Amino acid sequence: MTPVPIFDAPVSALRRALDEKEISSVELTNIFLDRIEAFDPELNAFITVDRDRALAEARSADARIARNEADPLTGIPLAHKDVFCTEGILTTCASRMLSNFVSPYDAHVVSLLKQAGAVSLGKTNLDEFAMGSSCETSYYGPVINPWKPGTIAGGSSGGSAAAVAARLVPIATGTDTGGSVRQPAAFCGITGIKPTYGLISRYGTIACASSLDQGGAFGASAEDCAFLLSSMTGFDTRDSTSLDRPVENYAAIIGAGAPDAARPLDGLTIGVPRDFFSTGLNDEIRTAVEGALAQYRALGASLRDIDLPNVRLAVPAYYVIAMAEASSNLTKFDGVRYGHRAAEYADLVDMYCKSRSEGFGAEVQRRILTGTFVLSHGYYDAYYLQAQKLRRLITGDFERAFAECDLIACPTSPATAWALGEMSDDPVQMYLGDIYTSPVNLAGLPGLSHPCGFNAAGLPIGLQLIGSYFSEARLLTAAHRFQQATDWHLRRPPIAGSAHIPDTIDK
Amino acid sequence: MSRSDWEVVIGLEIHAQLNTASKIFSGASTAFGAQPNAQACAVDIGLPGMLPVLNRGAVERAIRFGLALGSRVAPKSIFARKSYFYPDLPNGYQISQFEQPVVQGGAITIRIGDGEDAYEKTVRLTRAHLEEDAGKSLHEDFHGMSGIDLNRAGTPLLEIVSEPDMRSSAEAVAYARTMHALVRWIDICDGNMQEGSFRCDANVSVRKKGAEAFGTRREIKNLNSFRFLQQAIDFEVGWQIETLEDGGSFVQATVLFDPATGQTRMMRSKEDAHDYRYFPDPDLLPLVIEPEWIERVRATMPELPTAMKARFERELGLSAQDAGALTVTKEVADYFQAAVAAAGAAHAKLCANWVMGELAARLNKAGLEIVCAPVSPAQLAGLLLRVADGSISNAIARKVFEALWNGEGDGADEIIERQGLKQVTDSGALEAMIDEAIAANPKSVEEFRAGKEKALNALVGQVMKASRGKANPAQVNELMRRKLCA
Repeated sequence: MTPVPIFDAPVSALRRALDEKEISSVELTNIFLDRIEAFDPELNAFITVDRDRALAEARSADARIARNEADPLTGIPLAHKDVFCTEGILTTCASRMLSNFVSPYDAHVVSLLKQAGAVSLGKTNLDEFAMGSSCETSYYGPVINPWKPGTIAGGSSGGSAAAVAARLVPIATGTDTGGSVRQPAAFCGITGIKPTYGLISRYGTIACASSLDQGGAFGASAEDCAFLLSSMTGFDTRDSTSLDRPVENYAAIIGAGAPDAARPLDGLTIGVPRDFFSTGLNDEIRTAVEGALAQYRALGASLRDIDLPNVRLAVPAYYVIAMAEASSNLTKFDGVRYGHRAAEYADLVDMYCKSRSEGFGAEVQRRILTGTFVLSHGYYDAYYLQAQKLRRLITGDFERAFAECDLIACPTSPATAWALGEMSDDPVQMYLGDIYTSPVNLAGLPGLSHPCGFNAAGLPIGLQLIGSYFSEARLLTAAHRFQQATDWHLRRPPIAGSAHIPDTIDK
Repeated sequence: MSRSDWEVVIGLEIHAQLNTASKIFSGASTAFGAQPNAQACAVDIGLPGMLPVLNRGAVERAIRFGLALGSRVAPKSIFARKSYFYPDLPNGYQISQFEQPVVQGGAITIRIGDGEDAYEKTVRLTRAHLEEDAGKSLHEDFHGMSGIDLNRAGTPLLEIVSEPDMRSSAEAVAYARTMHALVRWIDICDGNMQEGSFRCDANVSVRKKGAEAFGTRREIKNLNSFRFLQQAIDFEVGWQIETLEDGGSFVQATVLFDPATGQTRMMRSKEDAHDYRYFPDPDLLPLVIEPEWIERVRATMPELPTAMKARFERELGLSAQDAGALTVTKEVADYFQAAVAAAGAAHAKLCANWVMGELAARLNKAGLEIVCAPVSPAQLAGLLLRVADGSISNAIARKVFEALWNGEGDGADEIIERQGLKQVTDSGALEAMIDEAIAANPKSVEEFRAGKEKALNALVGQVMKASRGKANPAQVNELMRRKLCA
């Protein structure tokens, strides 16, 4: 048993410590709030931290624990990506447009986690309106990767990923439209899962691209993600795309032992799309991912090459659809009812133009303009309809692949985290970085990223597992058994190892 | 050339507000007249993160409409976003149906004019689709600023689009009236035009008689009364013909009708038209209507006016004109049927005459709708049974009807009894009165015997007067004639 600082303890250990009254939720919450206060100025992972509210929630969690009515997350601190509406707390989407917006309601995800008794510490930074892969487009400044100063954290849920990696919070929520959970998880060396489209209600989640957006969970491990994900899912009549399925207790499912402890993944077939490993993939990433695949084989899984012929067209199809939907979703931000309104304007049209030009940053404006273009009369068929056809072809590729394998494994991203500003002048290059993640959203499938190595610069590398619809338990189980046999997920950036906080508990 | 060289072509788009209790995509109330924004919830205001959830009641009403018109109810239809910026459109797009509407095709028969020149015509339907209404901009009372009331935002509408099958303003009005009666008949819309529950856009063009191609059309927006519909079309047709005959031309455009001047004026031309950037709303799944749903709705459909009219002719022996008049609205038909049910089918014609005659006239005079009639169908039936069995004359019946109307009694029998209005049929009593009349009017008797038929009427009139109207005029007539000729 290695003693680890309590801020680095897995959720299961925190649960035990809380239930056995070794620590109170108020104490635990204070530890993380103090860490945020100490380290977030370096990372900029949070937009809003509400200490008083967090401690109030912690106190009621302690009361609930005292009544022996605790749910798995009761008293456990977490953070929400600032795209989830939170009643009474600023919800900004990292945009000047909503820099004054206080929601009168909680997102479904937020209310589920409140009901579970989780303690929300605050709202995390992101790319403006979740549009970006680096968290550099935030009105509140970029998020810094805890592994290396001057390096991006990935995006768009970079604030949540960086906060979990730096152990400013044990677990955090995110959203994933084209990789926005998986890619920052990979860049920050943690685990992140985006479930099947429709499993998590989008009610109260400020939309980027409605048909692609899906909530997701960040944790240091697959097991931590399992705890969080179970509490985020559940049918919601307020979202027409929400799916009516029983909630699964993922932590319990993955905790069940394998029949053959030496070969816990015996019988699992992992498909490997060889195309993904050829052109454009960085050697260090290839080596790390191949190493992880060898490990999976050693754990009993069999590997099989598969073909996803249309996936090379995923990025253009993805961006046409994502921008079309985003341009439409963002028309409601007009300065009339809430949000930013220009101080001076000549008439109605001038008010719209000024408010939106001032309220939205460059990347958001680029996507609104592109999205408006692809939906315009005369271009709709050539772009939007064509992209929808590709979407069906790509979905078909995955369906055929899952007839031959249980999971698909590939790199999460063709790159590791880059230096701040390095890609700012080349949006297309940044878009191409979504090559492995965006097809999963187009097909609505679940995907998970877990750490599988580091490059020479000491930056984390992620492996992506893709499952068939509703295979979240299988994804989490595979990753969990991998993590039981490896220690990539236990590596911490200096910022999470440099704290001198005496509280330790047995892991 | 003259006006008669031109053919008028009209198609109508009718927005019928569906009478659901809540909005089409939110749970907020649709009741009219609340304080501004008191009935706008987070979805209607377009707050971030809010999502539309389709009200199945609105779909059910669309299905009812489709069944009534013999349309195809699409097994799968799509909601699309129609984008434009306007302050009372909270999301910056209206959710509507574009490429695949819920109701496709169908037809309705209309009757134009009455009397000798009346004719029937079938107008085809292009489609009817579900959509949400926008809010309202208020430009008064805000010191140079505009107010926004979003109570109406999200109210369910059925947009009913006809083919360009109408050839005159009279046909357009007949179509609109028939459609107005129908949506109320099948209980999907309250039809309240003052509150905007039923409003028309008219697409109007003219072409030379015999020409195949349509002329350039102009769309007159937002006509909320049948009178305005007629006036606006008549003005527009006149303007178009005049413009063309003067050698001029005009572009496809949207125009507004000003009731104050009776004129139409251009709002925007086709060149200025919005690019609405329609695309399927990713927040809503395709609307799938299973055959079972359609059958469940079909089972709740009332008998439609055309079927009811045919039944009245067939089973009750009414003329086509009477049957048509009695099925003009559901309320009239309901009243008539209730009266017939109480009086018996043998007296259907008598019921019809009274509903269309005395009752209609009295309602009209009082400015009341038939559902508010103070005389119930059962009361009317009770009255008519006394007419039918000869207890009272038609003249007395009108008196009793008036008494019932004024609440002077619960039923006809009670009033007849209390006021002693029962017809005198005892021939002994009548003969005494006849003898008296003959004795008192020798001059009339002489004239009658000299062959002047009219003189008999005067004598009968004397008897009626003596009986205070209670004598049966036919009976008096017969007895009088017999006595004088004896």
